[in-house]
Amino acid sequence: MWKTIIRRILLMIPQLLALSLLIFIMAKFMPGDPFTGMVTPDTDPARIEELRQQAGFYDPWYKQYGIWMMNAVQGDFGKSYTYKVAVADLIGDRALNTLWLALVSVFLLYVIAIPLGVLAGRYQNTFLDKTVVLYSFISYAIPVFVLSLIFLYIFGYKLQWFPTSGTVDIKYDNGSLGYIWSKFYHLLLPAITYAILGTTGVIQYLRTEVIDAKSQDYVRTARSKGIPLNKVYSRHIFRNSLLPIAAFLGFTITGLLGGSIFIETIFSYPGMGQLFIQSISGRDYSVITALVMLYGFLTLLGSLLSDIIMSIVDPRIRID
Amino acid sequence: MKEQTENVVIQSEHPESSPPTGFQVIMREFKKDKLAMFSLIALVVVIVGIFIWSLLIDQQEMMRVSLRDKFAEPGDKFLLGADQGGRDILGQLIIGARNSIAIAMAVTLLTGVVGIMIGLTTGYFGGWIDNIFMRIIDFFITIPSLMIIIVFVTIVPKYNIPIFILIVSVFLWPGTARLIRSKALSESRRDYINASKTMGTSDAAIIFKKMMPNLSSILIVELTLNFAGNVGIETGLSFLGFGLPPSTPSLGTLVSYAVNPLVLKEMWWVWLPASLLILFLMLGINYVGQAIRRSADAKQRLG
Repeated sequence: MWKTIIRRILLMIPQLLALSLLIFIMAKFMPGDPFTGMVTPDTDPARIEELRQQAGFYDPWYKQYGIWMMNAVQGDFGKSYTYKVAVADLIGDRALNTLWLALVSVFLLYVIAIPLGVLAGRYQNTFLDKTVVLYSFISYAIPVFVLSLIFLYIFGYKLQWFPTSGTVDIKYDNGSLGYIWSKFYHLLLPAITYAILGTTGVIQYLRTEVIDAKSQDYVRTARSKGIPLNKVYSRHIFRNSLLPIAAFLGFTITGLLGGSIFIETIFSYPGMGQLFIQSISGRDYSVITALVMLYGFLTLLGSLLSDIIMSIVDPRIRID
Repeated sequence: MKEQTENVVIQSEHPESSPPTGFQVIMREFKKDKLAMFSLIALVVVIVGIFIWSLLIDQQEMMRVSLRDKFAEPGDKFLLGADQGGRDILGQLIIGARNSIAIAMAVTLLTGVVGIMIGLTTGYFGGWIDNIFMRIIDFFITIPSLMIIIVFVTIVPKYNIPIFILIVSVFLWPGTARLIRSKALSESRRDYINASKTMGTSDAAIIFKKMMPNLSSILIVELTLNFAGNVGIETGLSFLGFGLPPSTPSLGTLVSYAVNPLVLKEMWWVWLPASLLILFLMLGINYVGQAIRRSADAKQRLG
């Protein structure tokens, strides 16, 4: 198994290189350059030219790519032109917000999906099962931005249960208990939205798994030994079905990343997704390239994680 | 040709034992599933209605800004009210829906054709062709495509609907190709394929005349579900402002007005109808897709 993991990690290197080359070429095609924004009626065009020379703007592309890559490997993605700070520092703060959002979302996702999936499987073809299947179907079909807006409208504005933007109330001091609570409270609504959208896979998987397990020998054996039905479910079926759904973690991460652009924009949540949209509007190229690289890396990591968990949990999938 | 006539003879000799055709199976599935049947009929009615209605709308007249009607409430003048430019929401809803559906169809067809061709070829031949394409597909599947599409949309100088369709399609064919490849891979090991090979049938004929019809039910399912996904992608990108060019009505653009809290809170008529229409389209197409999927898989059939 270690062989598979190492091979997968090694495979990530060419993929990341190809991605970086694609991003670099795209960045070269972006209209204007960082210095266009500095042109005001009273700047000297010669001064701008000089700056461009210094920044290596006229070097051949492979030289520029090499320099960019070398710096990127060391975590230096240049400076944000909008915020005038190092890109790594800028993304650091936002990434932390996105990470918290992702953690709470994944937690809520499993809290919602696991009982629903097990119950639907256990009471197959009952009203409960049909309701759960319908729910998981709707959550699969509804686009992330539509559900986010409807939730923001109902729970944020109409019922006013949740704050509608930001990460924290300004009245609290950093680090105080109120501050932490406020931060959690702010990310709760976006996290619930995420969780509801992501439940489909886990529910469907658990449901089929439980239905399958019902007719398995080990369940029949347990029943014939006189173990109560509830215990068979909690001890035997549940435990057998639970491990594989850990593998969904990887896919969930990938899905969360794609959705973060929408969710963070709609809930005005200052994470990486919102930063990406802002950088696109502000033509902040160094931030854009760094973010696409980071998302690409995280996507690869997510699918790697899924494969690793799968191969640990399900020996049938273990190849080497 | 000779084989086909033989087939016909065999079938006419045993008419009672001939298996139901794919179409009959699908029809039976729809008859069993009332919700899918309802979705199918409602979808056809709504889509045809939207296309006909959109012909009756003068788009330029409709998109003219009239500030006096800014955020006009639903009433006699505007059945569904007006947006911040005083433009009729209902008209934008119809034209926008037509645009979204047409674009999603175009993307589905384009990615479908490319994905099916590549998937069938790589799955059939295997070997180094398969290896090269699989590396390419792997690469496409692991990149953050939504972000890259957005970057592309902002750097393309001449930006219009066909270009948009092209950009999106470039990033969406690999999913279909991978699915079709895996099916073609197992199909190409079957005896009837080997038999055709020994009979000297050309590779192209085997791929398109023998393998493709046998995979057709999977193809239809894949295309239907892709269609739903593509409606979501187009409206999503338009929602973010990177979909259809500005001034072209789109469902996503109508929904995006709701990013303004004032519109979200007070002017439901701007964003709610478009949101509900997107929701209806997504649910409907997915329901139809699920019913077809069940008919493609004998184990799941209801009928």
